[in-house]
Amino acid sequence: MKFAVLVFPGSNCDIDMFHAIKDELGEEVEYVWHTATSLDGFDGALVPGGFSYGDYLRCGAMANQSNIMSALKEFAAQGKPVLGVCNGFQILTEAGLLPGALIRNKNLKFMCRTVQLKVENNRTLFTNGYEEGEVINIPIAHGEGNYYCDDETLASLQANNQIVFTYEGENPNGSLADIAGIINKEGNVLGMMPHPERAANEIVGGADGLKLFKSIVKQWREQHVNN
Amino acid sequence: MKKVKIYVTLKESILDPQGSAVQGSLQKIGYGEVSDVRIGKYLEVTIEDTDRDIDTIVKEMCEKVLTNTVIEKYRYEVEEA
Repeated sequence: MKFAVLVFPGSNCDIDMFHAIKDELGEEVEYVWHTATSLDGFDGALVPGGFSYGDYLRCGAMANQSNIMSALKEFAAQGKPVLGVCNGFQILTEAGLLPGALIRNKNLKFMCRTVQLKVENNRTLFTNGYEEGEVINIPIAHGEGNYYCDDETLASLQANNQIVFTYEGENPNGSLADIAGIINKEGNVLGMMPHPERAANEIVGGADGLKLFKSIVKQWREQHVNN
Repeated sequence: MKKVKIYVTLKESILDPQGSAVQGSLQKIGYGEVSDVRIGKYLEVTIEDTDRDIDTIVKEMCEKVLTNTVIEKYRYEVEEA
């Protein structure tokens, strides 16, 4: 399986993402610069964390105007897996690929620590390797991870099981319904504030994030590889 | 040429922790009358004379890029520049 890691000016988790795929997961991966206009040849797209365009105007707003975003929207419309982490999640909401918005943390602090997440939905291509209700440890590092949407959108997210991860125990940023990660209705675009790519090997304190990437590959192999 | 003054504010339903912190500071230094502070953004956009309708292009720019309508609202004024 071949992954693209999108890179914008100010992305800073692109190398971690690349490493997780290449060295921990053992799959093919390439960087794709924001000026590129195509994602042809890729099977999955990863939008990494960081501070694209210095968070000017709003987090993700400038990145959403990049050339690569038209290609990403087309890629998503084809049903291919798209994962946005942290700033990547913010970019996906700005792009309208996921509903809602990420606003300033309620306590105004930049929160950088490992948190507990509950896997609310393991029937997705990103979470099939987890147990339903499993509690996992994944690091967060953000100042604007407070998920917000209107009541109607929240009801729709809940009705369609689109809330994939919630914060277990302490909610670090004030996000609505303790939301840490959501998926689109079609089930192929996931956005999450916590960083699974930073939890891909026990040597860095945990490997709970690696299962997410393994889930993507497992689903892809079942669909594309003839045994 | 026109100068467009755009005011972007958070919708009333959105919590503004930054505004709340500033309100607290103002009250602490003796302005107990301050009952709320909401922080927004102000943009000045200068636009060359054009055949396109200025209200249309300002609204388009606001809704495509300058604001996120999920959380923000905007108003604007057009002046001769």
